[in-house]
Amino acid sequence: MDLVESLLAGEHRALARVISKIENRADGYRDLVAQLHEHTGDADVIGITGSPGAGKSTLVDKLAADFRDQGETVGVIAIDPSSPFTGGAVLGDRIRMGSTVGDMDVFVRSMSTRGSLGGLSTATRDAVRALDAFGKDKIVIETVGAGQNEIDVVRAADTVAVLVPPGSGDDIQMLKAGILEIADVFVVNKADRDGADRTIKQLREMLQEGPATATHHDKETSEDDTADAWTPPIIETVANRGEGVGEVLDAFADHAEYLDASGRRAEIDRLRTAEEIRTLLREDVHELIETEIEARGGLQSAIDRVVARESDPYSVADEILEPIVSAFHDGRADED
Amino acid sequence: MSADAAQRTIRCLVAKVGLDGHDRGAHVIARAMRDAGFEVIYSGLHRSPDEIVQAAVQEDVDVLGISILSGAHNTLVPKVIEGLEEYGADEDTLVLVGGIVPDDDTERLRAAGVAEIFGPGTATDELIEYIRENVPER
Repeated sequence: MDLVESLLAGEHRALARVISKIENRADGYRDLVAQLHEHTGDADVIGITGSPGAGKSTLVDKLAADFRDQGETVGVIAIDPSSPFTGGAVLGDRIRMGSTVGDMDVFVRSMSTRGSLGGLSTATRDAVRALDAFGKDKIVIETVGAGQNEIDVVRAADTVAVLVPPGSGDDIQMLKAGILEIADVFVVNKADRDGADRTIKQLREMLQEGPATATHHDKETSEDDTADAWTPPIIETVANRGEGVGEVLDAFADHAEYLDASGRRAEIDRLRTAEEIRTLLREDVHELIETEIEARGGLQSAIDRVVARESDPYSVADEILEPIVSAFHDGRADED
Repeated sequence: MSADAAQRTIRCLVAKVGLDGHDRGAHVIARAMRDAGFEVIYSGLHRSPDEIVQAAVQEDVDVLGISILSGAHNTLVPKVIEGLEEYGADEDTLVLVGGIVPDDDTERLRAAGVAEIFGPGTATDELIEYIRENVPER
């Protein structure tokens, strides 16, 4: 039996191995993912992000336990940063997944950001596919919301929750820089701490002055714009005691309902697919160019010329790109 | 190496099984592995053999390092390895034991499927080198 068959048959080991191949970009991983794709589309994908120490892992643990109580199977992808110097990482999110240990229907996979080679959002999306094809009902992606890379990662989710710990104005500042737009649900965790009220108030203010969403533009044309617009709820939790976790689940369910009722789910799916194809192409072209550079014996002679002011970086790039550009031109000319 | 070349990163699970609460050694090992460029998953304290098996299978680790200082290795380690066998994960997982293991017990553990036993005083470099040389082909 090949890997895909074993995965579809429900073998945990095969699922784990497929995710490894995706992460390693091992030979043949593209075929694997291609075969899995038709078996996907049934899982609810939830992204959890927030600053370090916000309580993401603890919340994910409680969510997983509640999903299990409802009879749903769960996949978790927990992403931690790896060292940009050694590539190594200590992936510690698993330690907090204490509520569901021993339950194989909760499949937890730790992933590292693996340095600067990129492709993290592609790897995450493909790992989600593997879990979805395996038959997981709920898939949770957990990542530190620190940069563009991480934002791209949670975009693989249908519903994104942003965790905010109370008491620090700086966290709210960070939210302004882009995370605000991706949040479908705000969770103020550790709400029993001082400053929680203030954080909630700040969040509320920010949401009111927040960026106009696409739905606002059709206000005049839309007959029923209340059904069209989604305002992210702000939910207070004390995740380590399980308080407020039920409300978070309700908010996820509400959001899922909104996605279906508004037609937004289909829209997001198309946008995401477009972005995914573009990302793949970018990576593939990048690889083509690297191969071309290698075939030309590296960049040394070009660098010499640029440093000696005999050429410039733009001309060098044009030269290397020339074969690709002309191949595209020829291809389009043939069609005419 | 081109940017898209397959990136094989060694993944390790550092596991504490049973009742002993001493994890300084496990922390030192985890850190050394991280600095060697490995991805390290730490189990946390007081795990049962089943939990370790679950983590090793789901995380698809190349190396499972079990740290035991309680003296219960003869009971716990074979249980972990049996669990791996159940999932077909025993063949390509390098199982190592670290901690206090009397010489009389080492053969028994090896027979159960442990590749190597590292006692107190092992240099971290030695361990890293051993892993690099013996990590299973996949």
